[in-house]
Amino acid sequence: MADIAAKKARPQYRNIDSIPQILSYRLPPAGIVSILHRVSGALLFLFGIPFVLWLLQQSLTSEISFESYRAAVGSVPGKLALLAVGWAFIHHAVAGIRYLLLDRHVGIEKDASRQSATIVLGTTVVLTAIYALKLFGAF
Amino acid sequence: MTTRRIVVGAHYGLRDWLAQRITAVVLLVYALVLAGAALFGPELSYGTWAGLFASVWMKVATLLAVIALIWHAWVGVRDIFMDYIKPTGVRLVLQVATVVALVGYALWAVIILWRV
Repeated sequence: MADIAAKKARPQYRNIDSIPQILSYRLPPAGIVSILHRVSGALLFLFGIPFVLWLLQQSLTSEISFESYRAAVGSVPGKLALLAVGWAFIHHAVAGIRYLLLDRHVGIEKDASRQSATIVLGTTVVLTAIYALKLFGAF
Repeated sequence: MTTRRIVVGAHYGLRDWLAQRITAVVLLVYALVLAGAALFGPELSYGTWAGLFASVWMKVATLLAVIALIWHAWVGVRDIFMDYIKPTGVRLVLQVATVVALVGYALWAVIILWRV
């Protein structure tokens, strides 16, 4: 009996559900791209879709609603929301292109995939920066 | 002879994997077309913007993109739930809520386009 009880309470050694470990673990570039792909996808679903649909509605319904759309995207909170959705879309799209190429067995070797992950991160930062500058009227 | 029912396994796996990629390409093309229209099109006013969405080709393209979007989002969000949400009941509730939200978004998009 004692044996069975001991068997039932087998300890589980799971090393991924410990917060300090997750926080101190240095992800390789491909891992950063991967988790950000998931985070950006979740953000687009939770906030991006309803926000963009609302903007589409305001911009298309009438000239009066078009003005309220202009006011919304012209305000600072509106611009920050657009920036968040913009980053999420840019990252999701650029990382997605990499995944499509990996599916075609392009660059699946260790070095090449590490390099392409770094390129994705760099491209996303540059495109998001350009978008942010345009959004806040730098050019 | 007995027929064994398959109660586990991911027979839908390949279909969803493929759908995720095809819808991704559709969304990428639509996003690039829209970005091109915004960057190189005429100055944005209500007239030009509503005029763009009043054309049949833009309505069809947008509806295709919406269908691709909700399908793509469904597969992606379901994958996230399958990875992180272990209790079956909680996962079912979240998945049903996701389907309801996505179908609602699609209907909302149809109504927006209908009125242009």
